[in-house]
Amino acid sequence: MNLAYKIFWAFISLGVVTVWGLTLNGIVHKIFARVQGRLGPPVWQPFLDIIKNNSIRTAISHGVMFYLGPVFRIAGGIGTYMFIPVLFGSVYFSNFSMSGDVLLVMYFIFFGQLGMALGAGEGGHPYSAIAVSRGLAQMTAFEVPFALSVISLALQYKTLSITEIVAAQQGSFLNWTLFTNPLAVIAAMIAMLGMNMYNPFSLVIAPQEIPIGPPTEYQASFLGLLATNRGIFGGAKLVLFMNLYFGGATNLVELIVKTFWIYMLSVFVGAAYPRFRTEDSIRFFLKYPTALGIISVLLFSL
Amino acid sequence: MSDIEIKDNPDIKSELQTPPEPGYSEWRKDENTLYNDGLPEEEKDWFCDARPQKARKSVQVIENFLNWARSQSLWILAFGTGCGAIELRPLVTSRYDISRLGMQPRPTPRQANLIMIGGYVSIKTLKRIVRSYEQMQGPKFVVAVCSCAINGGMYWDSYNTVKRIDEYIPVDVYVTGCMPRPEAVLAGFNKLKELIKAGKAEGQNLYIERFDWYKENQKKVIKDWNMPDYNW
Repeated sequence: MNLAYKIFWAFISLGVVTVWGLTLNGIVHKIFARVQGRLGPPVWQPFLDIIKNNSIRTAISHGVMFYLGPVFRIAGGIGTYMFIPVLFGSVYFSNFSMSGDVLLVMYFIFFGQLGMALGAGEGGHPYSAIAVSRGLAQMTAFEVPFALSVISLALQYKTLSITEIVAAQQGSFLNWTLFTNPLAVIAAMIAMLGMNMYNPFSLVIAPQEIPIGPPTEYQASFLGLLATNRGIFGGAKLVLFMNLYFGGATNLVELIVKTFWIYMLSVFVGAAYPRFRTEDSIRFFLKYPTALGIISVLLFSL
Repeated sequence: MSDIEIKDNPDIKSELQTPPEPGYSEWRKDENTLYNDGLPEEEKDWFCDARPQKARKSVQVIENFLNWARSQSLWILAFGTGCGAIELRPLVTSRYDISRLGMQPRPTPRQANLIMIGGYVSIKTLKRIVRSYEQMQGPKFVVAVCSCAINGGMYWDSYNTVKRIDEYIPVDVYVTGCMPRPEAVLAGFNKLKELIKAGKAEGQNLYIERFDWYKENQKKVIKDWNMPDYNW
């Protein structure tokens, strides 16, 4: 397949993951509402919010970095997604996975958050600054078990290429990393709870405390961009976890079922637990999941 | 000091006097610039002094679609000035649940479309209402709840309360009652949705059109005006 076709199909798969990520957001809002005894917004509400935010007639910018913040964020989201093979064995939904490995993807996960931190800082709202410091602290903490888990996988499969990691898990569901390296999966899934920022790790957006968090000053199409990225980035992370730990997917139905249930872990935990404080959250990540990650690395290196 | 005074004053040699250089905030003044008179001189450079401009609409077909989307996704900045704010709790919790209408409370004015004035407005609060309203990005809508926001209600002869909130910011929908029940507030929100879909909720542009009139009214009651003329 030549490059033009590759780019064309990469954009198609980007569209698919955006729609699926935003629909998942809508489903999650519905589930949280049902847990609280409400009916909740319609499933398509995230799409309406994006249209509304992009149709706002005026917008305020606080400077160049403020303007670039959402751009970096969505660049991080698209970059994360573009180097992950979406469907194993499909020539159409493999994006540019041959050009980068899991380390590049981990870099892109970090990149968007750092850009957003700089942009939100220029907004000047104190809640933004508090939330950014909390977010970066927590991100550094949950990155430790996630990185240990990825190192464990690299030792196990002797490769960093996501496609090869997926290929090694084919055959039977017993070949999934979930069953061949359960400690690494547990460490990474706990890290994912932190990444998705639901309770008990919701201290970045922290409703009723520092509501909205970093994007407090963002409005109009800035916010529309951030909300679109929430679909792309959320979907990309789920596809990455599915590929690394749950055997990947060979068709879109399998992808939808697997990513849905991976996401539901965060949602069920989030609906049931109250919020950690910053120091508790960081201590938690650096204790149990990190220990599990170290043990799994030791198991495969000895 | 004018020229006449200089000539009349023998202590000052008029030929040595040079007219003062126009300062930063002087030479910028034109019809698109606000004076920001309420601010101390050293603070004037901290704030934007551009006069707000009327926002352009899209082509009618697109505008109809966008108005529909706006009406389906109203984010509320709840300004709980009085007892009417109590009605918001049942509205967002399980009994009435406005989230099923696509509405959600939004704690920052930057992201809200709808400011809900919940009750009587004291002069001190009016200042904050004006600030919050101006920081919202348009199209923006105002719903005033309770009699006190309409005609002063039981505070009609108070020295400290404004009687009609629509003399200070343009109101789209009033919800009467003392206090109105959540059903009444919901009916008000539905009325606002109809107005938005019909393209009649253009309070933002009305505020810009009659900017000087609104500012005059605001400054008439707010004595300690220590903010810019428009809070960007």
